[in-house]
Amino acid sequence: MTSDPPTQVVAGGWHFFSAQEAALVEAIVDRIIPADELSMGGKEAGCAVYIDRQLMGAFGASSRLYTQGPFLPGLPTQGYQGEANPAQRYRTGLAAIDAFLKQRDGKTFVELAPAEQDAFLTAMEAGKVDLPNGVKGPGFFGLLLQNTMEGFFADPVYGGNKDMVSWRMLGFPGARYDYRDHVSKHNQPYPQPPVSIIGRPEWLGKGA
Amino acid sequence: MTKILPRKDVVIVGLGWTGSILAHELTDQGLDVVAIERGPWRDTATDFNIGYAQDELRYSIRRDLFLQPAVETMTVRNDPSQKALPMRDFGSFLPGNGVGGAGVHWNGHTWRFWDSDFQIKTNLTKKYGASRIADLQVEDWGVTGAEMEPYYDQFEYLAGISGKAGNIKGQLQEGGNPFEDPRSRDYPNPPMQMTYAPTLFAEVGRSIGLHPFPTPSANMSRAYVNPLGIAMGQCTYCGFCERFGCANYSKSSAQTTVLPVLMKKSNFEVRTDSEVLHVDLAPGGKSARGVTYVDTSGEEYFQPADLVLLCAYGLHNTRLMMLSGIGKIYDPGSGEGTVGRNYCYQTNAGVQVFFDDKNFNPFIAAGALGQTIDDYNGDAFDHGALDFVGGAGINCIPTNGRPIGTRPTLPGTPKWGSAWKKATVEGYKSTLGYSSQGSSYATRNNYLDLDPTYKDRFGRPLMRMTFDFPDNDIRMSNYVCDRMEEIAKALGGKQYAVSRRKKGWDSVPYQSTHNTGGAIMGTDPKKSAVNTFLQSWDVPNVFVIGASAFPQNAGKNPTGTVGALAFRAADAIRNQYLRNPGAPLVQA
Repeated sequence: MTSDPPTQVVAGGWHFFSAQEAALVEAIVDRIIPADELSMGGKEAGCAVYIDRQLMGAFGASSRLYTQGPFLPGLPTQGYQGEANPAQRYRTGLAAIDAFLKQRDGKTFVELAPAEQDAFLTAMEAGKVDLPNGVKGPGFFGLLLQNTMEGFFADPVYGGNKDMVSWRMLGFPGARYDYRDHVSKHNQPYPQPPVSIIGRPEWLGKGA
Repeated sequence: MTKILPRKDVVIVGLGWTGSILAHELTDQGLDVVAIERGPWRDTATDFNIGYAQDELRYSIRRDLFLQPAVETMTVRNDPSQKALPMRDFGSFLPGNGVGGAGVHWNGHTWRFWDSDFQIKTNLTKKYGASRIADLQVEDWGVTGAEMEPYYDQFEYLAGISGKAGNIKGQLQEGGNPFEDPRSRDYPNPPMQMTYAPTLFAEVGRSIGLHPFPTPSANMSRAYVNPLGIAMGQCTYCGFCERFGCANYSKSSAQTTVLPVLMKKSNFEVRTDSEVLHVDLAPGGKSARGVTYVDTSGEEYFQPADLVLLCAYGLHNTRLMMLSGIGKIYDPGSGEGTVGRNYCYQTNAGVQVFFDDKNFNPFIAAGALGQTIDDYNGDAFDHGALDFVGGAGINCIPTNGRPIGTRPTLPGTPKWGSAWKKATVEGYKSTLGYSSQGSSYATRNNYLDLDPTYKDRFGRPLMRMTFDFPDNDIRMSNYVCDRMEEIAKALGGKQYAVSRRKKGWDSVPYQSTHNTGGAIMGTDPKKSAVNTFLQSWDVPNVFVIGASAFPQNAGKNPTGTVGALAFRAADAIRNQYLRNPGAPLVQA
């Protein structure tokens, strides 16, 4: 049913990625969202777990999208016109990254130093690396970036945003629904901590 | 093998705002009415559950409540020389699906168009000369503002709109919109409480001589019981409005204003998860016999009816006419044909003002909570010395602080990495945004027809949209952007950024689900598909109700006018059409 409540994603094991793919995605999300004084990194926040579970569902299969041919090249303003769905794009895109780096540097992405990883991702985002198997760097980077941000900022029920880390960082109170007390308190910080669809970590495991 | 069902007086295609209003009115008249809805049944307690309605990923990013492109999409291109390709995912606009339609997940900005919008061609020609609009295909609606007023009033009271009148029976009202046409009485509810950003925007706007006023809102400023006796609750400013169903009975929709009464009527029935394939015409094509639809098991049905009302989303109304052979499809080459003519959109642009010392708490918000400046909308200002017609409302309506989608940062900020994160945290609470919602005027080459290549899941042609922003509208938008820059300077933040509208309409980033035209109303059957009561010129027992009827779009959200047109059509059917069913209400 489309109206059913969401199910909590539980970390542990990979549903879509191989171990090697998972390590690569964890390394990438940790450069897109690096650990620093503002927050933990994308890996610890669960962004790779989030992406793994999304790729197993409707998003990965493009099952809600229009997927009939013919598949013709179009203008950027006509949107994505490829035949591959996100699950297929991750499979070929991740393989292409490591194949390219092995050829160029003799190393995989996870073996590069963080500054080298950043340099590679920057070049990929700008379309300055020729990835094998027809993978378009900017398009695949855009997909990685979009999904990493979704995982980091979505409700923790989907496997990322561990302990509502991004919401605490921004000051977003999450799944609250009544701000009537604070509407006219202009320019004053909202005092309550965030809450998720599944509650708050402090509440879980209590009252059983 | 098509199953033939027992005859009904009326079959309605689509149970959103217009279908619900027409069903309510015509069942009150004693008619036996069935609505056939492509999407699922939806109601507040079961589908917009307060326990998990605040889920940005599910409802805003994955768009759980919207029409899925796998069910129906359309092909798009900017001009007739290009090859149209399918929108494989919706982006620039997001049509609704299911009971309540797009009225489930709208924001609730509820406007009246002005007399100068309805009599646009006459007005502009008189004021600025015919040459000023020679590149455009603007048309009069065939109604006046005064004729529309009672129907706007009816819709606003049904929906419990929160606002402040600017003009009651010719008397200007302090704090309302001084540019609006006279209204017979004030809004049913007072304006909502203002958050900080629109309050500041209004103060600064007023200080430079503009006339800000509270945006008329379908989010309840207080508990309200509408004329049907249906109760709604006060909005709680949760910031999950657009793209979401309201879990709190605080946003007007068919669910919160009509269905609780309609569903109890013994002479009303809805069949959900059932897609109408086409309207069936009698031999000769001058009268409709009913509709053919298919349910989720693939079973096909014929529903005979005396009166057929197309109440789907405007774009889908237009496609159903094309697929059914109602009227002639528009050809931009010859200028002949009316179905698909005058497709228009909305010409928007935006400004962000960045502060160091302010906390706007962006998550405290509602879909239509804000302030509007109409000084540069429509023909509220003199265009004599200008090189365009039309205008835009300038709206400061911060609808949410949902962080997947709403993370304003200073121009030049990288998209990832530590510098991105720092800028994101700095910008989140301290950015004030506002935008211009501009008119969209028809041209010869902006139109809808059927795609020659791509098909839907039943093998029927997709509709093809050919659209780009007319030069006139770009000039209009740039002029209003210049005015928005004056406001930005007066606001005095540390920096501001303007996103101007450019030619080459891009179907990917979200802009507006205000698609208008395609089955426009008017007084000339050579230029309009329906008469001013929204009755098909070609098949008089078919009415086509929605924004499909707009000859062009104003710088305002369309729902108020769609609701008013629905009440006007209902009135015409009840008090004129039924005296002589099947006959045209207007002689061609």
